[in-house]
Amino acid sequence: MSQATLSTTEVKCYHCGADCDDSIIVHDDKPFCCEGCKLVYELLQENELCSYYDFTQNPGVSPDKTYYAGKYAYLDMPEVQQRIIEFTDGRQTHVNWYLPQMHCSSCVYLLENLHRLHEGVISSLVNFPEKKVRVVIDTQKIKLSKLAELLTYIGYEPYISLQDVEGNAQQKNNRSRLYKIGIAGFAFGNVMMMSFPDYFGLGDTQSDHQLQTMFSLFSVVLALPVFFYSASEFFVSAWKSIRKQYLNIDAPIALAILVTFLRSLYEIGTQTGVGYLDSMTGIVFFMLLGRYFQDKTYSAISFDRDYKSYFPVAVTLLKKATSKDTEAPTTSNEQILVTNLQPGDQILIRNKELIPADVRLISERAMIDYSFVSGESVPVEKTRNEIIYAGGRQMGGAIELEVTKKVSQSYLTQLWNNDSLSQQQQSQKRDLVGQINRYFTWTVLGLGLAALAYWYLVGDLPRGINAITTILIVACPCALLLSDTFTNGNMLGMFGSNKFYLKNAQVIENLSEIDTVVFDKTGTLTLPDAAQIEFVGKPLSALQKSIVKTMSEQSSHPLSRLIAKSLAASPKEKTLTHFKEVEGQGLQAQLGDNFIIKMGSARFMGIAPASEDQETSHVYFSFGGQILGYFNIFSLYRDNLSETLQALKQRHYQTYLLSGDKPTDVGFLGHLFGSEKQLYFLQKPDDKLRFIEDLQQKGRKVLMVGDGLNDAGALLKSNVGIAVSDNINNFTPACDGILEGSQLSFLPYYVKLAKAGRRIVIQSFIISVVYNIIGLSFALTGTLSPVIAAILMPASSISIVLFTTLSSRLATRLLLKKAD
Amino acid sequence: MSALILLLSLSLLVAGAFLVAFIWSVKRGQFDDDYTPSIRILFEDKENSSSPQS
Repeated sequence: MSQATLSTTEVKCYHCGADCDDSIIVHDDKPFCCEGCKLVYELLQENELCSYYDFTQNPGVSPDKTYYAGKYAYLDMPEVQQRIIEFTDGRQTHVNWYLPQMHCSSCVYLLENLHRLHEGVISSLVNFPEKKVRVVIDTQKIKLSKLAELLTYIGYEPYISLQDVEGNAQQKNNRSRLYKIGIAGFAFGNVMMMSFPDYFGLGDTQSDHQLQTMFSLFSVVLALPVFFYSASEFFVSAWKSIRKQYLNIDAPIALAILVTFLRSLYEIGTQTGVGYLDSMTGIVFFMLLGRYFQDKTYSAISFDRDYKSYFPVAVTLLKKATSKDTEAPTTSNEQILVTNLQPGDQILIRNKELIPADVRLISERAMIDYSFVSGESVPVEKTRNEIIYAGGRQMGGAIELEVTKKVSQSYLTQLWNNDSLSQQQQSQKRDLVGQINRYFTWTVLGLGLAALAYWYLVGDLPRGINAITTILIVACPCALLLSDTFTNGNMLGMFGSNKFYLKNAQVIENLSEIDTVVFDKTGTLTLPDAAQIEFVGKPLSALQKSIVKTMSEQSSHPLSRLIAKSLAASPKEKTLTHFKEVEGQGLQAQLGDNFIIKMGSARFMGIAPASEDQETSHVYFSFGGQILGYFNIFSLYRDNLSETLQALKQRHYQTYLLSGDKPTDVGFLGHLFGSEKQLYFLQKPDDKLRFIEDLQQKGRKVLMVGDGLNDAGALLKSNVGIAVSDNINNFTPACDGILEGSQLSFLPYYVKLAKAGRRIVIQSFIISVVYNIIGLSFALTGTLSPVIAAILMPASSISIVLFTTLSSRLATRLLLKKAD
Repeated sequence: MSALILLLSLSLLVAGAFLVAFIWSVKRGQFDDDYTPSIRILFEDKENSSSPQS
């Protein structure tokens, strides 16, 4: 075992692949960026799991540095266990955990060999698309908290949120749909087989009639489970929509299925025909199949997160509320579920932990990062007795807080319970197909009823019933629905391969209709972890640069981090002593005996801030009492922003900027957005929500592009809410789609593609109408032989599916290749 | 005629057996994850040092 610390650049950590900036730990002839990575390697080596490194280069994940002992103690609380354990028989316990860090085949290898790392683990099975691992443990040998610690130790921190604990049970929808597809497919194939003799025409002999009856009876038996089980979701959804007094997509298809089935039963019962059971089972089968592929897209990404998925499950309780407790107050640290927090409880929040409720600060001082709530990127300093709202994140040491409101009543939580959010969910479900459908369904129904009335008046009721059922069967908009589901399924896949992940097909429709685009600034237009830094003043010498770097590395303040990062090339200065940080203000250190170096805000330096301090963030640098100048820190904007906004403006989209931040870069942004009137700063989360609401009341269809929880309300309220994220496995607020940050410049093309998708649906609808008209006219004149009809029916469906697939692929290629 | 009935029932029986097999495999969770097994097959079974306990 050899250990040494070198100083070179451009070396990648053997474990996690991160750049080893200055200090490389060499172990076993391999470079590591930190102790954590090295420890994981050692552990794997000890257990002969080093093939972990064979499948992918630098597969590892650097272990979380905010981890502290006892973080998972809450997992041993009975009320938590009840919720997160899938199965237990006292000895064996099954848990199914979400590990957001899972990203490659090596991860699968390591996680499925957990049993080699700890004897308490009996087995583990990874579901990679869902990024979940199901672990079976022996509770006598390893506790749940220990298992979570083990996973965290090797870099895969399990993500357990309040939502899991409050627990809406996960639906196993996918499986029941598979059953339905299986049964429908089985019935479809066999009914088809039974129908063939009839297509080719049976004779008039006695035995032929008997055969026909037998085939028909078999068909009915096969069609029964399709009608009652496989097609049930169409009926349920149609019934729900009718009760809400509008027709949804499923209404006409439910009607067509019902009519086809009843008419077939009638024909078979009266021996007047063989019915259309083959068509009915076929349509159910194809529709279910289309929906299965449409729904199957992104199982690992969650679009419906609300504040509950962000909040910690448990916090450390210092003292129970003394006012109304029945049990003896405990002073020792214990974990408590955040939902059980009462006003008056005192809690401990550690570095980078989220504050779950509105609280009052008991500790002397805290640095709260509200970027989660407000988008403001610079932490705010709070002093004793100040109120801190839920959603803030403590930066720095642990702080003590007293809860003032229950979690469910905090400021942040209220935002989610805003009335306007729950109202709009219902009114939204009117998409293109829905619109066509309403007219189409009513027209067809009207036609059918007119025919029925005509024949009734003429005095030939049976013929009237025959007419209406024929019209309903022939005019079934199944081809339209088929083309819709397949086009949308294709589009979702196309968007996904271009790193734009949409929640469902409805979003494509909504996206094609928008006419206003609203952007958030921090993290959306700007890069989250990068900044442009320049030093204004006397140029720094090499020594001063390394001093600045060394000092700023000592601090966790975001500005210090950015400065340190910009000076990565400078070596460390090791002669500095007496580091001191005044949180939120600045840093101080000594070189030699009494040569004092300071970095920080104007106030920290004891000078008046420069006039344009509003514009950027300044960090002053003083060297031996003499201020040499300041670091000017600009936020760095994403590439091609002006082209993107230009493209949007050219297509007459209105664009706005809503930022929770203080006004910065007004000139630059004003130029981007056309005028400074389009920019809105210092917007609180509910201001943003109201802004969107105002636009919508003016009849605009709004696309909101945001990133943080502070945009959450606006994202929900808007017609389409897109969350921008640089790592899709990170946690994004509830939204309609997740866009990878690097792809933001393609936004105009995505909207265009959504429009193309809509055109494809309309085109294929026209094709299917043409098919129907041709088929109907042949059928009316009686020149269509059953065999031809039997061939045409699936052929028309397949040609439409082919058409939508090819044209959506073509559209994607044309639009997005041009964008490159 | 009776031969036809026999054949028909037999074919339905065979098809039904496949349906049952499909439903059984769904129930066993074989369709829950259609990606990970393709990774898993690449792993070497080097279980000589310590075998999993059950």
